[in-house]
Amino acid sequence: MIATVTPRARLAGAAGSVRQQLSRVVVAVAVLLILAVLLAPGLLAHQDPINTGDDILTGPSAAHWFGTDQLGRDVYSRTVYGARPVLLASVLGVIVAALAGVGIGVIGGSGPRWVRAVTMRVVDVLLALPVLLIALILIATVGSGVPSIVLAVGVAFTPGFARVVESSVRQLRAVEFVQAAKVFGSRSSRTAVRHLLPNLATEVVVLISSGIGWAVLTATTLSFLGLGVQLPAADWGSDLAAGASNLSMAWWLSTFPGIAITITILLTNFLGDYVMTVLDPRHGHRRMLFRRFVLPMFRREKAAA
Amino acid sequence: MDYVLRRLAAALPVLFGITVLAFLLIHLMPGDPAQIILFGSNSTPEQIAGLRQQLGLNDSLPRQYLDFLGQLLHGNLGTSYLTQNSVAHELLSRAPSTLVLTFSALAVAIVIGVPLGLAAGVRPNSSLDRLCRGFSFLGVAIPYFFLALVLVLFFSVKLQWLPAIDDGTVSSLIIPAVSLGWGYSAILTRLIRGKIIQEYRSDYVKAARAHGASESRVLMRHALRNSSIPAITTIGLQFGNILTGAAITEVIFGRAGIGSFLATSITSKNIPVVQGAVVLIGGGYVVINLIIDLIVGAVDPRTRLATAVA
Repeated sequence: MIATVTPRARLAGAAGSVRQQLSRVVVAVAVLLILAVLLAPGLLAHQDPINTGDDILTGPSAAHWFGTDQLGRDVYSRTVYGARPVLLASVLGVIVAALAGVGIGVIGGSGPRWVRAVTMRVVDVLLALPVLLIALILIATVGSGVPSIVLAVGVAFTPGFARVVESSVRQLRAVEFVQAAKVFGSRSSRTAVRHLLPNLATEVVVLISSGIGWAVLTATTLSFLGLGVQLPAADWGSDLAAGASNLSMAWWLSTFPGIAITITILLTNFLGDYVMTVLDPRHGHRRMLFRRFVLPMFRREKAAA
Repeated sequence: MDYVLRRLAAALPVLFGITVLAFLLIHLMPGDPAQIILFGSNSTPEQIAGLRQQLGLNDSLPRQYLDFLGQLLHGNLGTSYLTQNSVAHELLSRAPSTLVLTFSALAVAIVIGVPLGLAAGVRPNSSLDRLCRGFSFLGVAIPYFFLALVLVLFFSVKLQWLPAIDDGTVSSLIIPAVSLGWGYSAILTRLIRGKIIQEYRSDYVKAARAHGASESRVLMRHALRNSSIPAITTIGLQFGNILTGAAITEVIFGRAGIGSFLATSITSKNIPVVQGAVVLIGGGYVVINLIIDLIVGAVDPRTRLATAVA
């Protein structure tokens, strides 16, 4: 068949590549921003976030881009420095959940029948409780603070991860190469490490990247309730809550941390979608990326063999 | 009937596990319950020991659990450490306020989410579809507690149309319900859009069109009906999150409900209240999802068959 490219199709292809370029730019900027606020917030904000000043409750100006709060602190600096506890808590929390979820999922999915029955019933019970309730109970047990939020997000997200991993492990166990490994006398621990885990990697990356948005929401909700950083340290959730009491006088106090949270969740969701389309071959309508990046890798391997 | 029994059998172990978890809370939370109750009352060690005996804290764990379960089956959730009132009574008297907020938020989510999802799904890649997708992307990203403050700022502080603090009227319910329901309407929009696009490609829609069914009939009778099943399931799975979201929203707007009660009980280590809330919320979640499973089973015969084979 002779391939004919209609003008319309060519236009669509061009638009697609523009969109791809744009997503790459957004991803690069997001990664740079995240690294900057985590490693060197001083590069972005020159004022100390906990320094009090004489300008009390002044609106956004050239000297204070996001205005000042009731103690004269610079809201822009607080917004920049407030990113660290939020990002640390949500990213580390999701990683904790992924590690625990993969562990429980693999044990539940490949262990003996009674092990599976016990672990999955426990997971079912935890799944019946809302994420935030589990997190709150955990913080009531271990006390407040950023490490507690990491633990709370980790434990609260574990059951969901474990459930997904367990069902994939069960599907994988029926696949021929795993069966073959078993026939050749591979121990179940070796099968899990050598054959199951590498095949779960993609799925775990997708789970992590799509979970971070929810984790940011959970972590900021907890710090909004005053369970996060020790004051006067900056934190989006607690600053947003503190600004609420001055809402009628100073709209900028809550608005900027709130916008920061919203943009972070937008970006992490975008990153999640990006990772998913790059990694997931089943994503039909965006198979382009898969064909262009992932398939060639396999082809090269085949040619070398 | 067989299907109903199987769903019931699957729900029972979860309910059992929730009671075990709630029971264990009293031992997981730091601090001796007897000392918490007698805190600040200059009590002697003998009084504390006596109260421990009275609370049954010296019995073996299985024995304590059976006592707890027995009380639970009689509808007794224990007494609050602070007020000495029945926990069941205190929780249930606050439940209507929380449930009203939860279901109003659900109504907001459905009223906004379903039409947008339909409009977007019928004409994918149209400008309306792009607008809907933008809305759902943003809707998921704005935290409800921030949206609540933004809405208060505009409608209470600037325009003075709606009250910012709960005063028992319907108009004071609008901002909390919209700020909580907004995010879930975005989830519904995305879900229904995807399902409608998928259903429009299916054979039965082509068959219905070939038989001369009108577009509106195809949409409402066929595509929407089949899309509603995952939507109902999703609502069920999100129910717990909406409920806890309602709890946080209550704290923001000063509404007296289970949420604000639970929040103060967690900080004051009022363990029976936390236990009662875990049983109520967890149990409510299981029962709601059981009902939804049964509804879906009744609407869609494939579900009944699928679980029978599996």
